[in-house]
Amino acid sequence: MSRLTALIVAALLALTACSGSSAQSGPKSLRMTVWTANEAHLKLLNEIASEYKASHPDVTEIKFDSIPADGYTTTLTTQIAGGNAPDLAWILEESAPDFVSSGALAPIRAKVEKADELVPSAIKLWEKDGELYAYPFSTSPFGLFVNTDLVKELPKTWEQAVAASAGKNLVLPDFKYQNWAVLSAIWRGWGANAWSEDGRTCGFSSQEMKDAMTFVHKAIFTDKAIPGPGTTVDFFAGNAAMAVSQISRAGALKDAKFGWTLLPLPQGPKGDYAVIGQAGVGVLKRSKNAEAAADFLGFFTNAANSAKLAQFFPPVRQSLLNAETLAKSNPLIKPEQLQSVVIDGISKGVVKPSHQGQEELNQTIRAALDPLWKPDANVGQVLDGVCAKIKPLLERP
Amino acid sequence: MTFWTYRRRDNLVGYLFVAPALLGSLAFVLVPLGMVGWYSLNEWNVLGGTFEFIGGENYARLLADEKLRDSLVATAWFAAGLVVLNLSLALLLAVLLNQKLRGTTLFRTLFFSPVLVSLVAWTLVWQLMLQPEGSVNGLLGVFGVDGPNWLRGETTAMVSVVVVQVIKNVGLNMVLFLAALQGVPAPLYEAAKIDGAGAWRRFRSITIPLISPTILLTSIITIVGSLQVFAQIAVLTQGGPGTSTTVLIYYLYQQAFQFHHFGYGATISVLLFVIVAALTLLQWQMRRKWVLHES
Repeated sequence: MSRLTALIVAALLALTACSGSSAQSGPKSLRMTVWTANEAHLKLLNEIASEYKASHPDVTEIKFDSIPADGYTTTLTTQIAGGNAPDLAWILEESAPDFVSSGALAPIRAKVEKADELVPSAIKLWEKDGELYAYPFSTSPFGLFVNTDLVKELPKTWEQAVAASAGKNLVLPDFKYQNWAVLSAIWRGWGANAWSEDGRTCGFSSQEMKDAMTFVHKAIFTDKAIPGPGTTVDFFAGNAAMAVSQISRAGALKDAKFGWTLLPLPQGPKGDYAVIGQAGVGVLKRSKNAEAAADFLGFFTNAANSAKLAQFFPPVRQSLLNAETLAKSNPLIKPEQLQSVVIDGISKGVVKPSHQGQEELNQTIRAALDPLWKPDANVGQVLDGVCAKIKPLLERP
Repeated sequence: MTFWTYRRRDNLVGYLFVAPALLGSLAFVLVPLGMVGWYSLNEWNVLGGTFEFIGGENYARLLADEKLRDSLVATAWFAAGLVVLNLSLALLLAVLLNQKLRGTTLFRTLFFSPVLVSLVAWTLVWQLMLQPEGSVNGLLGVFGVDGPNWLRGETTAMVSVVVVQVIKNVGLNMVLFLAALQGVPAPLYEAAKIDGAGAWRRFRSITIPLISPTILLTSIITIVGSLQVFAQIAVLTQGGPGTSTTVLIYYLYQQAFQFHHFGYGATISVLLFVIVAALTLLQWQMRRKWVLHES
């Protein structure tokens, strides 16, 4: 038995010895994990990388490693745990608090070109103590896509949107009765929040939330506007009247066989509002090439490259946030739509809910919300139940 | 006297023969097993890169964890449903297909073929079939039955997961039972018939005792397998609705890989190991009571 123990200790020692980080000199190769496998996206990323390599001969390879969006963070953390961390990584907004606060990321503010022109509300999630830990390369507001073949009168309020799509489907493509955070695109119109600003107090049992969720429940089970649990309806194939989705999805409408338009999110009882989803790219502190990776990140996100990336990923640079510049890279969307949905959205938008320990909160809230997705659910009771379940998680130090 | 006596040389050859297998199981079984045990005594923050010894704290947490209790209950239901349904269906099919009738080969192939299908593909197809407007409810509709939303109800979700798994794997146990049935000597049945035993009596007093070693084998395999079911849950229900299908191994995955509590995840896998070992040992001990030739 003692030999076995010795062996385990030896194996562990070997493991820790391998994972020690040391700066590497000589030719460097960088790896960035991304969740897109879209050819057009990867082509652009590779173009930017080639340009960088041409001026930096010490960097011999920049590899974009596509990991499916489903389970992306899980795969990324498993790579980190296994001592195979990438040099740079895309990070979903919901994992931002975990990554930023854990100290897994290297500070990058000094490397970012003209960091002062980044929209303050849009970089808040990625900052700690005045330092920037990831660059929000994509800030994508939610909007209402409308199939104009199916809907003649464009809705201004949520009441109108639901009435107009009764029996014709108002879809939330990423919701799937799992990703509850997508619903924030609706409940913000009622002034509801998943939790308080400091993340300590649960917001699900507030009156605003109860009103908003009663509206959603009615839209599903009484008005038959939002497709019920387990039913999949594809807006982008022309099967739905409306879709609440992020503007970055507009690309899927390139070959649409139906008329469509893009509107800002409809008004709720509290008037106008906007919700954005974000993605940042950060440098892993444990990377052997952290210095080179941060340098590449600076190049990747400079004003010129941000303008190129803007055709897929809405930018946070003030100098690029005008309808004229955005129109060049977004031929599918009209300038007035860019102004009302994208530019106004980014400047006044609230980022989807995120919190430390987000994944555990996600699963706990998902499970606690499940009883809501039945025709005879008691909305108030279910929402009080959500708060009872997540209270200990929110109060955790 | 030389050092290399015959005996020593023989021993060396023996050790060399077993060395590859021994090294393999040391590197890929015993060392990982030991490391899981070690991890379970530590708090491992993957993102922050901290690895801190905390002694038995994870085990104390195990005892106080309410979600763990829920998941043990779900695991028990799943395992019980799966074992009972799988073994009885496999035995029934084996007995039916052991008759000398035309077409049995076709049916044997048919029932065995799901075993060969990729697990995830199989589960994905079932996910589509179990949707509210899927083919399962379509078929029920033909008989005037209004089918439920299978994967969204707590009970129906558990039943769905069990049934999908049973249909996938019942063929394997069926083949094992078939082989056992064909090993039962025909003269025993003839003698029983002459003594006036009916079909049920022959089945109970001849077939069951003679195939009992196979029943033991299949029940051990099925129980151990039922505790390790993961892909079906991940694809069909993600542990929901609520936590109704969060079986132990899915809970382990959530804790370690989704919530980043690797140390606690390791602790749960130690618990799973203990449960599997205990169940196997129990069945092995009980064999003396009911398996023929073992007492």
